[in-house]
Amino acid sequence: MSIDFSPLWISIKTASTATVLVFLLGIAAAWLLTGYRGKLKGLIDSILTLPLVLPPTVVGFFLLVLLGRNSPIGQLLNSLGTQIIFSWSATVVAASVVAFPLMYKTARGAFEQIDINIINAARTLGVPEWKIFWKITIPLAWPGIAAGTVLAFARALGEFGATLMVAGNIPGKTQTIPVAIFFEAEGGETGRAFVWVILIFIISLVVMTLMNYWTEYQRKNMPSVWRN
Amino acid sequence: MELYVDIKKKLPGFTLDVNFKASTDVLGLLGASGAGKSMTLRCIAGLEKPDKGRIVLNERILFDSEQGINLPSRRRKIGFLFQNYALFPNMTVEDNIGLALETIPREQRRAIIRQKIVMNKLEGLEKRYPFQLSGGQQQRVALARALAVEPEALLLDEPFSALDEHLRSHIIKELLDSLSDYHGVTVFVTHNIEEAYRISRKLVVLADGKVEAEGTKEEMFMKPPTLAAAQLTGYKNFSAANYTSSHELNAVDWGVSLRVAGEVDQEVRQVGIRAHFIKLASGTDTDNVFQCWPVSTSEAPFRITVYLSLTKMALNPDDYHLQWEMSQERWMELKDRQLPWLICLNPEKLITILK
Repeated sequence: MSIDFSPLWISIKTASTATVLVFLLGIAAAWLLTGYRGKLKGLIDSILTLPLVLPPTVVGFFLLVLLGRNSPIGQLLNSLGTQIIFSWSATVVAASVVAFPLMYKTARGAFEQIDINIINAARTLGVPEWKIFWKITIPLAWPGIAAGTVLAFARALGEFGATLMVAGNIPGKTQTIPVAIFFEAEGGETGRAFVWVILIFIISLVVMTLMNYWTEYQRKNMPSVWRN
Repeated sequence: MELYVDIKKKLPGFTLDVNFKASTDVLGLLGASGAGKSMTLRCIAGLEKPDKGRIVLNERILFDSEQGINLPSRRRKIGFLFQNYALFPNMTVEDNIGLALETIPREQRRAIIRQKIVMNKLEGLEKRYPFQLSGGQQQRVALARALAVEPEALLLDEPFSALDEHLRSHIIKELLDSLSDYHGVTVFVTHNIEEAYRISRKLVVLADGKVEAEGTKEEMFMKPPTLAAAQLTGYKNFSAANYTSSHELNAVDWGVSLRVAGEVDQEVRQVGIRAHFIKLASGTDTDNVFQCWPVSTSEAPFRITVYLSLTKMALNPDDYHLQWEMSQERWMELKDRQLPWLICLNPEKLITILK
């Protein structure tokens, strides 16, 4: 049984890139919404969380409509001689959209747990906002941010439905492990499907476990962050 | 050095509407919880925005609704000591003090941190994190941190409420020592009468978001001008009162006629006396001596409050006229005496209130 290992590299590359994107966007969204006091807060939060509860096929459908050849974005990219749909970037877009709410929700929970007086104390001392963010907000929210990152990575790695719809199943290009599992099983190649299942199982388990131990290590060595 | 505050802010349940001046004499804002004390401080520091008004510190306009000025907290130069100290939990003591000094050259910054550490008796704790400090130490760090940026005003929001009772008295003394070196405007908020008296020179009494009375602390404690001020400074006994003559009034709720030391104002509304100013009388030959009967008692470890009914035997424990506070020893001598007892409401100790 010969196996083409390209889905492994594609999956890891996709999940890692998506995690970096989601890490930055999720924290930014969480921070902006924590400080926002307007009436639209509930609506914006719902929209940002929606990919978590919608079926991935619905997300995939939206992305097709948004980025497809006939959409404004698709036409713009086309005129530049490129496209997103059915390319590797499509796997990243699909994984990012689906993983985003996990990062955003956990980061926002972590920001909201910070005692506002600590932030206010820094303000009265004359510390600029950007410095408060980097030196106080991020370190205090770090356990939550780290947890969100791992969840987002795991979700991105396991993404299937939306990926299939917007990126398709192009071996060596867009075929990730979950997509490979589906087509191997469909084609009766249970043995190969099983190899991929074991592999993704191990990767997920290892990443989550490492994160747990790392969090525990930090809890012991940076206790100040957890005890206020 | 002067802070001028005149602000209005609508809040759920009441409207904050305060106006006062503070200088280098420590000003105490005394009020019951929910009177708007903390909100006032937060408005001064720029952590909340008043609806209307003006805040001026040493001729710098911090807030002026008419001119559309509202300086952000970081530009107000106002130090704020939070109830829970709000230290940065992820930083050591020296980093807490030094965070806001990072624009200053390194050597100079270290010198300032060092000086604040010595001044606030924090030597040896430089590398500790806030969770490794006692309540008193945390407070000293918070104060050192606030004073390190040389604020023009220092606001203290109930700084002792998070401390254990046995530490409080000691820490108040420490705070007074530290504050004696500070030459800016100081405003201190509390609902605790004893703290207010020990720490402030002048008092502003707040009730329901309004300034009820202001003056030196001695005036506020010995001659509170309003009922709310009298209650907040610890007076327990009040009766509605009517003018009868230039030195006498009729205490309606107590059903007695009282002689008072000064001239009685025709507009007098209330008369009051502190619970521990009531004395046992030996005979009826002095002013304001009345028969009384104990209704119930309430014991604290060393003090006891006896609820008294004047001129009649009360059946209901809520049916009392006066609260009389005394030491346990005094109570031991008193309790087996034959009824009715004779008490004296010394004319010198009675206060009259016009509104």
